[in-house]
Amino acid sequence: MDLRFTPEETAFREEVRAFIRDSLPADIRERMRLGYPAGKQDTVTWQRILNKKGWAALSWPKEWGGPGWTSIQKMIFLEENLGAPAPELSSFNITMLGPVLVQFGTEEQKKKYLPRAANIDDWWCQGFSEPGAGSDLASLRTKAEKVGDSYIVNGQKIWTSTAHNADWCFCLVRTNPAAAKRQEGISFLLIDMKTPGIEVRPIVSIDGSHHLNEVFFTDVKVPAENLVGEENKGWNVAKFLLGNERTGIARLGKSKERVRYAKEVAREVRMNGKPLIEDHTFRTRVAQLEVDMKALEITQLRVVSAYDKNKDGKPDPISSVLKIKGTELLQNSSELVMDVGGPQAMPVWQQELAEMTNEPEIGPAWAAQMAPAYLMLRAASIYGGTNEIQKNILNKAVLGL
Amino acid sequence: MDFDLTDDQRLLTDSVNRLLGDQYTFEKRKAFLKAPEGWSTALWAQYAELGLLGLPFAEEYGGFGGGAVDVMLLMQAFGRHLVLEPYLSTVVLGGTAIRLAGSAEQQSDILPGVAEGNTKLAFAHYERQSRYDISDVLTTATPNGSGYVLEGAKSVVLHGDSADKLIVSARTSGGRDDAGGITLFLVDGMADGVARRGYTLRDGSRAAEISLSGVKAELLGELDNGFPVIERVVEAGIAATSAEVIGTMETMQAMTLDYLKTRVQFGKPIGENQALQHRAAEMLVAMEQGRSMALLASMMVDEPDAAERERNISMAKVGVGQSGRFVSQNAVQLHGGIGMTEEYAVGHFFRRVMVIEHLFGDTAYHLDRLANQVS
Repeated sequence: MDLRFTPEETAFREEVRAFIRDSLPADIRERMRLGYPAGKQDTVTWQRILNKKGWAALSWPKEWGGPGWTSIQKMIFLEENLGAPAPELSSFNITMLGPVLVQFGTEEQKKKYLPRAANIDDWWCQGFSEPGAGSDLASLRTKAEKVGDSYIVNGQKIWTSTAHNADWCFCLVRTNPAAAKRQEGISFLLIDMKTPGIEVRPIVSIDGSHHLNEVFFTDVKVPAENLVGEENKGWNVAKFLLGNERTGIARLGKSKERVRYAKEVAREVRMNGKPLIEDHTFRTRVAQLEVDMKALEITQLRVVSAYDKNKDGKPDPISSVLKIKGTELLQNSSELVMDVGGPQAMPVWQQELAEMTNEPEIGPAWAAQMAPAYLMLRAASIYGGTNEIQKNILNKAVLGL
Repeated sequence: MDFDLTDDQRLLTDSVNRLLGDQYTFEKRKAFLKAPEGWSTALWAQYAELGLLGLPFAEEYGGFGGGAVDVMLLMQAFGRHLVLEPYLSTVVLGGTAIRLAGSAEQQSDILPGVAEGNTKLAFAHYERQSRYDISDVLTTATPNGSGYVLEGAKSVVLHGDSADKLIVSARTSGGRDDAGGITLFLVDGMADGVARRGYTLRDGSRAAEISLSGVKAELLGELDNGFPVIERVVEAGIAATSAEVIGTMETMQAMTLDYLKTRVQFGKPIGENQALQHRAAEMLVAMEQGRSMALLASMMVDEPDAAERERNISMAKVGVGQSGRFVSQNAVQLHGGIGMTEEYAVGHFFRRVMVIEHLFGDTAYHLDRLANQVS
């Protein structure tokens, strides 16, 4: 037993760090450092740089452009990427769609979609949740009727992140409403967002921004060849997708980077006449977060190093621990950052607006994104299976309750 | 990165688990508590036979040549069964002090006896006023002929009542709280001037108040430079008890899950209530985080970079302390009334975790240390 990284793993980390340092455009890094969510353009720019290097299609097989890394190497890459801080790879393209097509797609589908997904020539979004199907995903009602060599899709999806940017949507639809079990009548369809009958309406979230959408489908005609896997077997595809790639689920590199940012800014602001960084309450809070992050780092290593050993294709339910703890830490670190900003973090201050109006800036740039980032991260314990659902998973799959 | 056990380590855990599963039932443990020593001399002899008492010692001193991971695995098994024998005080604390500070002669004088089960040690360092401050030493040592004479008192000395040899810290120069000027000494447990008052701690384990009056002592290690050794001994204690807490959490979790599945209220097992299911899941999360920190502590015990070692071990103490507290409190809570009773085992595990949290610096102490280092 040895918790230390091997010399090869350490060398790998150095290589990744050096590449990111030399290749990440400075303006993108600065926006990420200030806490802006990675916009479409920055995500595309960075992922294309990584794809050129062969590092984008993280867990795909080599023949489809994957780097051929072990789970530990992937974990190291993800941590370095978040720590830089650089935009994350498109999770829709890379960790969701890609592995699904590799596992269930036809040769034609792989050829058509995988290279473009790796390079974000197509921006994908995920059409899973519906107004009546959140945690209870299998109750989804958007239906697809087979007519000739097409499916006709009618229904509504919701919480569809980046649908307004998307070229394509991978969607769960009901193809057999009469199936004995709800899970047995679902199929996995690839839908071109330019198809007539699709309407995307924005949902503005509590951070004041537009990430989320409602997507309405009215008689949307989807070629039957866009079915992934077998008809009515889409639930298996969805389960594979949700459980497949959990190496990065804790997003620990992000929490670490945010705590570093909080400490950096805490040198500049004051508390009771001295730098906040010298305040013992603040330091204790940081120390506690660093303890929790250290524990999660090792828990993650334990889980991830087991991935490569038992490759039966099944998700390890213990990765729900990573989701729960990881999102708690993301939330706690964003809270810390915001609290460092204090009143300066409270004004609604949008750089774009300031540029358009030539009005003087309100508040310092370092504080502008602290509150929005905190607000948006309240979603971290809701998406990807709420933390309460993760606890249900642990109960069923690990504790036998 | 490697979380696998070696064949030897698997063999070790198998044989210890077999022995304890058979010999350390809750009922048998109750009998051990009633023995004059407060633990089982018979099992102590069996540990010696299995090579456990020399586990971390070099082979030349009758040891097994094991490392921190071996001790971790053993302590984890001890935790699962609430083992009462003076392993922590003798092999971990005492053994580490002798290994790090003792001359070759002192090591060969003492360690083989420990490995054979004939010599028990105690680490008589903390004093009544020192709380967790390891440099707060008021006991004094003055040169006398070829040796030294000790005056002072030591408090809550783990298994100090039955130890054959005491490792005593005393001030040879400097003032209260000075890290420099502390020296370690070897004292015979039966020496003139040693007065020991034995008692049990809240978890049933033994400890003693020890007063030293004109006691003849033998120098152990460097004069005035005992502090770095004391730090290492305390760190070894943290690593070992962290592993022990993992074992106690494993048993508490198993008992709790069993109870949730079998206790019926409102016509169904209480484990069907989501409020309790989620509490159980939170216990699992806390336990896995604690387990990671116990691993960290053991991996760091031999880390040569002192700052790195201290920082990580403090982090582990905080992490294990917090998860131990959460898991043990909720284990009692989910058991309801029965969890409050002396006759039921879960409360005994609870008390062991409580005692351990208050050894070698509690959660607040180590969090404070870490907070002071934030940069």
